[in-house]
Amino acid sequence: MSIREELKKTIAPLAVNDRYPAESYLTVKPADFIPACLALHQLCASPVMMMFAEDKRATRSCFRLNTAFYSAAERHWYYACLDLPAGAESFPSLAKEIYSATLFEREIREMFGIELVGSPDHRRLRLHDEVWPAGAFPLRKDFVPLERLEPPTGQYEFIKGEGEGLFELPVGPVHAGIIGPGHFHFSVAGEPIINLEIRLGFTHRGIEKLMEGKTLAAGLELSERVAGDTSFAHGLAFCLAAEKIAGLTPPPRAVLLRAVYLELERMYNHINDIGGIALDVGFSFASAFASVLKERLLRLNEQLSGNRYLRGINVIGGVAQDLAGPVTLNPLLSDLNELEKILFNSASFIDRIDSTGILRQKTAEDLGVLGLAGRASGLARDLRTDLEPYSSAGFRPIVCTSGDCLARLNIRLQEFRQSSELIGRFIRQLQPGELTVNAPAPVAGYSLGAIEGWRGPVLYWLKLNEQGTIERCKIVDPSFHNWEALAYAAQGEIIPDFPLCNKSFDLSYSGNDL
Amino acid sequence: MAILKIIKNSLLKGIVDLPRRELLPEAEQLGKELKQVIDRQFHGSFQLRQVSAGSCGACESEVQATINPLYDLQRFGVDFVASPKHADALLVTGPISRNMLLALQKTYEALPGKKFVIAVGDCAVNGGLFKDSYYTLGGVDQVLTVDLHIPGCPPSPTTIIKTLLGFLK
Ligand code: SF4
Repeated sequence: MSIREELKKTIAPLAVNDRYPAESYLTVKPADFIPACLALHQLCASPVMMMFAEDKRATRSCFRLNTAFYSAAERHWYYACLDLPAGAESFPSLAKEIYSATLFEREIREMFGIELVGSPDHRRLRLHDEVWPAGAFPLRKDFVPLERLEPPTGQYEFIKGEGEGLFELPVGPVHAGIIGPGHFHFSVAGEPIINLEIRLGFTHRGIEKLMEGKTLAAGLELSERVAGDTSFAHGLAFCLAAEKIAGLTPPPRAVLLRAVYLELERMYNHINDIGGIALDVGFSFASAFASVLKERLLRLNEQLSGNRYLRGINVIGGVAQDLAGPVTLNPLLSDLNELEKILFNSASFIDRIDSTGILRQKTAEDLGVLGLAGRASGLARDLRTDLEPYSSAGFRPIVCTSGDCLARLNIRLQEFRQSSELIGRFIRQLQPGELTVNAPAPVAGYSLGAIEGWRGPVLYWLKLNEQGTIERCKIVDPSFHNWEALAYAAQGEIIPDFPLCNKSFDLSYSGNDL
Repeated sequence: MAILKIIKNSLLKGIVDLPRRELLPEAEQLGKELKQVIDRQFHGSFQLRQVSAGSCGACESEVQATINPLYDLQRFGVDFVASPKHADALLVTGPISRNMLLALQKTYEALPGKKFVIAVGDCAVNGGLFKDSYYTLGGVDQVLTVDLHIPGCPPSPTTIIKTLLGFLK
C-alpha cells in the first residue's frame, strides 16, 4: 500500500498538491499536524529532512510551515504543510516527538518570530544574543535592516555540567588551524569529555534573505558560495529546483557531465579529509602526501572547467561548457593505494582512529544523521541511488557499521575509488549533443532540488514569482543535520582525540550557518 | 626495520622532490629576495595567524594550499601559527559576520608589536557577494586598518603567494 493510502487512515489532508514529479504537499489542520508528521516520519523511514516557514501574510495573511520527509522506497518527497494565521503565529513543537526537528524549529523561531508551543529548546542559533536584539526577524517580508543596532542584552546559556572535579572548557570560535569558526563548550572530568555543546552561527551571512528578490542567475552565483568546498553540489541543487519549476529537462550530455563534476568534488574533499585525519594524529608525512593529491585534483578541476572549485559550470538547464581536456585519474588512484598502505602500516595511526569517536547506528538514526557520517554508522542512505545517471549505473552506497573514525576514513577511501570508477563510466557514456536547453519565459512556482553532495544531501527549496525572481529559498546543507552527531561521538573520548573526531566528520561551518 | 627500508629506498631512488620549481618561476625569484627581506626585518620568519570572519571555506582551502609541498610557502620563511601572540600579521577571510566581530578584534589585539593585517578574498576585501546583508559588516577595512588586499573568489595559491611576496619586498 502506498504511503498516501496509509496516511489517509490517520488523517484527512485539507488539500493535496502533486504539481511536480516526486513531490506531494499535504496541507493539514492544526490538530493533525503532529500526527501527520509522525505518520510520515514512520512511513517514509525518514528524519525531518527540512522544515521551514514562508511569510505569506501579503497574499494569504498567514505564515506557512512546511515539513519535508523523503521516502527512499517510493523515491518521493512528502511535505506536511500547516498555515498559521497572521497575528497568532505559533505551532505545536514537533521536536519532542521527532528530535531531528529541533534545530529547524529554533531556526524558524529566530528568523520568523513564530512561537513554538512546548519546545524543549528556545535558544537562538545564528542571530547571536550578544549582537542581535530581540524582536528583529530577518526572514519576515517586512523586515527592514536595522540602521543602528540597539545594544543587545542577551546571553547564550550553555548547558552546564555540574559535579565534583568537573571543568568547563570553552574553545573557539578562533581555532589553531586554518579553518572556519565555531565554539566548542566541553565539560570534562580530567581528560574524558562528559558533555560537548557546539555553538555555531559564526559565519552567518544572511544568505536566505540575500536570495530574496534575486534573479536565477544571481541566485545560482550566491548558492555556489554557501559552502566553498561543496560549491558544485550547492549550485546543482539550486539548478535542479529551478529546472523542475520551469519544466526543463537538461540534455543527457549535461546530466552526465554534472555527475562527473559532482564526483570530482567528492574526490578532492575525501582526499583532503584523509590527509586531515592523518594530520590530527600528527602523521605529517601522510598528510603532506594527501595534500599533494588534493592539489592535483584541484588543478585537474581547473584544467577541465577553468575553476578550481568547480564554480560557474552549472547553468539553469545544463552546463556552461564541455570538458576542456581528458580526465586522467589512474595516477591518482595508484598514489591513493600507496597512501592507504602508508596509513594502514602504521600501528600507532590505526590505534588512534580505531574505535575512536563512535557514533552508534541508533544514535545516528535518532538524530537524523545523513550522508557520509550516517553511512559510516550503518545507515545505507544515499540520494544518488535514486537519481540519474547513478541509478542506471547500478549505484550502491558504501556502508560501514562500526561508526568510528576508522569507519569514516574507510568510507572515504572506498568512495574515492568508487567516484573515479563512476567518472570513467560516465565519460564512456558521453554522446555528442547539446549542453543546455533554452530556458522558457519565467514561470512562477515552487519546488525542491536535492542531490547527494560529498557530505550528504544538499537541499534547495525554491519559490519563484511571476517575474521569475526568487521569493523564498530554503537551503539545507547536510552539516546542519550532522553537527549534533559530533557532540555524541566525542562523548567519553579524551580531549586530544576531539580534533580527530571533528576532522573525521569534517562538517561545514558556512554551510550550517548560511 | 622500517627505518632501514626508508634509508634503502632513499639511497636507491634519491630524495623525492616535487617539480615545484617549474610551477612558480616568478615566485621562485621573488622568494629568494623575500627570504633576504624576512631574514633582515623579521629575524628569519614571517608568521601569520588566520581568522575566518564568515568565509565560505574556499578561501581557507586556498590559503591552506600555499603550504602544501607543491607551493611550500614555508621555505621562504612565511608560516602559519596557532597563537596570535606568535604572529606578525593577521590574515582575515570572509565578509565579517556580526558574530565574528568581537573574536576578530580580540585576536587582533593579541598580536604583539607592529600588526599587519592582510585581507584575503573578495569577501574580506569589500564584502563580496554578501556586502548587502543585514548580518555582515563588509570588508575587513570597516573594522581594522588593512595593509594588504588579495582579491579573488577565491584567490589561487599562486596569487596569494605572489601578492604576499611582492608586498613584503
Ligand atoms: S571571497 Fe569567495 S571564496 Fe572567499 S570566502 Fe568569499 S565567497 Fe568564499
